[in-house]
Amino acid sequence: MARDTTSDPLGNILSRIYRSIVPRSIIPKTDADRRRTILEFLVLHMRPVRVRRSTLRFTHTFGLGGMSLVLIGLLMASGILLMLAYDPSPEHAYQSILSIQDGMIFGATVRAVHHWSANILVAAALFHLLRVFFTGAYHGPRRFNWVIGLGLLIGILAANFTGYLLPWDQLSFWAVTICTGMLGYVPVIGEWLQAFARGGTEIGRGTLVLFYSFHTTVVPVVLIVLMAFHFWRVRKARGVVSPNPQDSQEDDDTEKVLTLPHLLVRELAVGLTLVAVVVLLAALFDAPLGAPANPGMSPNPAKAPWYFMGFQELQIHLEPLIAVVVLPVLGALGLVLLPYLHFDHEMSGPWFLSKTGRTTGALAAVVSLVVTPLLILIDEFWLQQVGGAGWLAVGAVAAGITAFAVFLSKKFKPEKAEFVQSLFILFMVAFAILTITGVWFRGPGMALVWPWIGGS
Amino acid sequence: MSTSEPTTRRSLLGKIWVGLGGLALLEGVWIVTDFLKPRKRQGSDKEAETLIVAGPIENFDPGSVTAFQQGRFYLARLEDGGFLALYRECTHLGCTVPWIGTEERFVCPCHASVFNIKGQVLSPPAPRPLDTFAVRIENGIVKVDTSRTLKRSSFSDSQVARS
Ligand code: HEM
Ligand code: FES
Repeated sequence: MARDTTSDPLGNILSRIYRSIVPRSIIPKTDADRRRTILEFLVLHMRPVRVRRSTLRFTHTFGLGGMSLVLIGLLMASGILLMLAYDPSPEHAYQSILSIQDGMIFGATVRAVHHWSANILVAAALFHLLRVFFTGAYHGPRRFNWVIGLGLLIGILAANFTGYLLPWDQLSFWAVTICTGMLGYVPVIGEWLQAFARGGTEIGRGTLVLFYSFHTTVVPVVLIVLMAFHFWRVRKARGVVSPNPQDSQEDDDTEKVLTLPHLLVRELAVGLTLVAVVVLLAALFDAPLGAPANPGMSPNPAKAPWYFMGFQELQIHLEPLIAVVVLPVLGALGLVLLPYLHFDHEMSGPWFLSKTGRTTGALAAVVSLVVTPLLILIDEFWLQQVGGAGWLAVGAVAAGITAFAVFLSKKFKPEKAEFVQSLFILFMVAFAILTITGVWFRGPGMALVWPWIGGS
Repeated sequence: MSTSEPTTRRSLLGKIWVGLGGLALLEGVWIVTDFLKPRKRQGSDKEAETLIVAGPIENFDPGSVTAFQQGRFYLARLEDGGFLALYRECTHLGCTVPWIGTEERFVCPCHASVFNIKGQVLSPPAPRPLDTFAVRIENGIVKVDTSRTLKRSSFSDSQVARS
């Protein structure tokens, strides 16, 4: 030691500082070194040393959870930059967005990265939920992680919605007006809830301050805490679910490979590709910005952000109480309780669980694909002319769903997991069609239009 | 007795701790809701800001509708000479409804609700007539109190201000 300090004092102290931070080679050469690298780095040690080889196949998870994490990273990086130049007041917000776009090098690109990452994140988290659902990865030790995941989904939607208002343009102002307007239909506490969400009776300074502080502090902190919890739970469940249903939860060492390099290299590839795609998208397509918010003039049509459009479309057809309160509450309750239903066989592993799972699921998808547009048209061109869909119509739809469920269980004798899956698909496809109708097939006055003939 | 005493004392202390913890939690919830609660803007209670002097009665023809941007309402003068101040927010989801003079009705651009000059719903989805502000007529001058919107489930003649 002593002789080193005399020969090369500076180099030695630098290398000692470096070694104190990075105790091991980042690119280890032997398996034993690789094992230790995983264990001795803070971020890496959240991973197991070895993982099941069969779970590595891309089409087993599509890397959607990891993609969500990468997108949240991009959002935080671009978000901090935007925060430095954004002014959260009704008088200056719009102007500050303009000067970010036009007055700063890469300003428009940073804003576009934030915009596209946010929207892709909603999609990625939803598809991740579907992946987990369709591989039956919510049983046993994964039960509570499903619930944490739902918490993450709510956090992501909250982040998106609170961020939507910040540009203070016509698009954002009226989308937030409409969405908070829906809250007014909650019985008893509706008016109070609405004033709470708006920070006053109308959208204004109070709303902007509330949304900005939630968007930049509360929601990101909650997301980070929940993500740490989520990843720890994946680890506790011995990694992601195995694609082979016969695999038990026991460690089966013959099937395992080292996390480094096998898993990490794959994750790196997916992550870097995603970053490249988002940056490219951002370079090619700017984030939208309408005219400055004008409380005196609503645009026509005024729509909610796309991820809430399904509810707005539902609201066109059903009594507000059913569309805004009853159905969303039932849906949320169903999702939360899903892992706690009693399943005789906790089927998991292959996509759509089994052969019966695939058949009944496909049938449900086709039925929903045909019936939902029909119902929309029947309501639009017939029921609404004679006073709207009453309880009778709602009852008829409920009876139809029940009949379909009875038919499924009689004809295919599915396991409970397969049965639940088909009903889930039925509702999922219906909601997707409502969303698509609302986003693309609704024009001025929310009348039905063909999107390719001068629609929205 | 001597053996059970320490345990009961300990469990009592434990309960007190849990109780105090619960109290602290409640306090926290209270503070947070208090900060989140929408505040009235400073001084917005003052009559000077919320009372809009619309002008003398003669300025408004029967059957006419006049927009007051600042007060966020329309002053409607009915055919029989009575006045109604209609809040401009659609009762469906809160869009601003414009008065279409040529058709003599309000048409909401968002989801096509239609209201007549009294604010009554001619076409849904709006669930109830447009909200109103209280109108006072003093010495032939029309004044509108915009501090509070008045919700109504249907039109009645008592809502109309007459001189
Ligand atoms: C911020 C959003 C989210 C992030 C960053 C995230 C991240 C991850 C990651 C990295 C994994 C490991 C496997 C994989 O990549 O598929 C995972 C697994 C899992 N996620 Fe998420 N997730 C999010 C949202 C959700 C949502 C919305 C749900 C559903 C309610 C959910 C439920 C689960 C479950 C149950 C597992 C274990 C799956 C298995 O063991 O096969 N997560 N998540
Ligand atoms: S907000 Fe006016 S019709 Fe929906």
